Amino acid sequence: MQTTAETASIATPGQHTSARKRMMRLPMVPKLAYRNLFHDRLGLIVTVVGIVFSVVLVAVQFGLYLGSENRIAAMFDHAEADLWVVPLGTKSFDDPAMLSGRERHGVLSTPGVASVQELAVGFVNWRKPKGGSTAALLVGSEVTQSTSLPWNVTEGSTRALAAPSAVAIDSTYFQELGVSGLGDRAEVNNMEVTVHAVTKGIRSFTTLPYVFTTLATGRTLLGASAEQSSYTLVKAAPGTQVEDLRVALAKRLPDAEILTHAEFRKRSLDYWLFETGAGAALIAGAVLGIIVGMVIVAQTLYASTKDHLNEFATLRALGASAGYINKVILIQAILSAVIGYVLGMALSLLVIWAAEDSTLLIVMTPNLALMLLALTVGMCVLAAICAIFKVIRIDPAVVFSR
Amino acid sequence: MTALPYMLEARDITKVYRSDAGDIMPLKGVSVELAPGELTLLMGPSGSGKTTLLSILGCILSPTSGTIRIAGHSTEGLSAEGMADLRRRHVGFVFQSYNLVPTLTALENVMLALDLRGASRADAPDLAWEALAAVRLSHRAHVMPSKLSGGEKQRVSIARALAGAPSVILADEPTAALDSENGQAVMALLAEVAKDTRRAVLVVTHDHRTLKYGDRMIRIEDGRIASRARRRLSAADTELAPAA
Repeated sequence: MQTTAETASIATPGQHTSARKRMMRLPMVPKLAYRNLFHDRLGLIVTVVGIVFSVVLVAVQFGLYLGSENRIAAMFDHAEADLWVVPLGTKSFDDPAMLSGRERHGVLSTPGVASVQELAVGFVNWRKPKGGSTAALLVGSEVTQSTSLPWNVTEGSTRALAAPSAVAIDSTYFQELGVSGLGDRAEVNNMEVTVHAVTKGIRSFTTLPYVFTTLATGRTLLGASAEQSSYTLVKAAPGTQVEDLRVALAKRLPDAEILTHAEFRKRSLDYWLFETGAGAALIAGAVLGIIVGMVIVAQTLYASTKDHLNEFATLRALGASAGYINKVILIQAILSAVIGYVLGMALSLLVIWAAEDSTLLIVMTPNLALMLLALTVGMCVLAAICAIFKVIRIDPAVVFSR
Repeated sequence: MTALPYMLEARDITKVYRSDAGDIMPLKGVSVELAPGELTLLMGPSGSGKTTLLSILGCILSPTSGTIRIAGHSTEGLSAEGMADLRRRHVGFVFQSYNLVPTLTALENVMLALDLRGASRADAPDLAWEALAAVRLSHRAHVMPSKLSGGEKQRVSIARALAGAPSVILADEPTAALDSENGQAVMALLAEVAKDTRRAVLVVTHDHRTLKYGDRMIRIEDGRIASRARRRLSAADTELAPAA
């Protein structure tokens, strides 16, 4: 029988409006998923750590991949050209050889050409002021014209490169080149050079520092003739189809290869990222991160499902459909994914920030962040499959076992 | 709508488990009817087939042969999901071990049953409160099962079974895990619930102290119905008379 105390304290629905509102806020399936997830704190921590590890590893690997792409493509992204005339067999920008020297005239005499620039690129020996030497990649360009090489000049200017034997180097290579700033002297291929401009952030994909100078100085330092260059950059005249111009130039210059800007860029990327295996290694690292994350999440979700098997059997006995129960597990997986992703991205951004001044370039873009979110959620949903297989095989009759 | 004479009718139910060691038949041609407004006790020794019969009547297991109708709906030919649907709409369970979801409060456990039965999110809280009020447990609505006593847990379980007004409530040894006082309270509650002519209640029990709460008693032995008895209408009212 109901006691007086019970009568006095029995709450009616109207007296618990705020409680009802709280309850109504969340539907039952996500509520059950959320409660199951947070019921086992240790299990949740293990799951989240696994996801965080996965997110950070994948973010860093893909970030390094994007950073590598940026480094490989940097010269192309800052050079103004529709077509590149390159020596036959050139694999990438960093694989230079000298053209014959007739290319400029051949290009200029082809209809549809608006302008031509030449680059003299080659490997040089940089002797440090205080002794020792290192290899570098010299890039001589027509800096006195409207070229954008080099870029990000933080000290001095590209105009200053017009001085005899003037070079520009990147501040991140100071230690490697044994210099510390403007006015410092060194030797390139046994010829004295002076630092007249300093850039920031121009790093090559290989270990070799870039050294920028004028085309004339570059030819001298590389021992090339006054007509020779490594690459001839061609701008098409307005109204000229680039492909038509390419065909015309190919006929005129049979000893060279004519590539569109996009083609040479892609060729360089493919060479460094895939033919050398560097990119494949980064992608493999990312895939490993995904697999490890999936395994950890699958294991903890499976363990959690086993812990809650009696509840799931009860739900089945009460008439819950397989879809209802699967939704609980999937929402658990997605909640884990979101929590792990947020923490993982925060840690990734910290790693990227810490690596800013290092030789590593790790890039994070909004698209990469979104892709990582989709990947994390997908990984956790796939990992939930083991748990779902366990649950759909539940015999609801176990609720009657003694 | 014409009232059904029986909320649950089971005819010639047989269950056979085939194994390499030979066939096992926990049920051999059992027929049971549950009338609305009545509490029926199903009694029998261990291994007599009570749990198997309960599972079949509750559409958790399918019989090898025989027919079952719940609230006029036959289970013949139903898939596992079809059985789950019928179970969800027409059957409420009360388990020996309560089987409450430990991560949900008392009220939320009742709301879970309503959610399964398709109650709207707007109606579910009110219906859940009503069910808890019916078992006199409104004051413990926001308490987690771990903080409830055995008797309270079983009352929540009854409220969960009641929520959504199923046609049949099946209780599996609801007092087995309770002390005498709580056991009597739970049986009294089930008897009160059974008076509602919109539902029938079946209680599987070993406990002879529950006899006084039943309107009918079915005794099962060795997979067969051994006897049926109906409550004798007398002041003493502790005995059941053989059913006509």
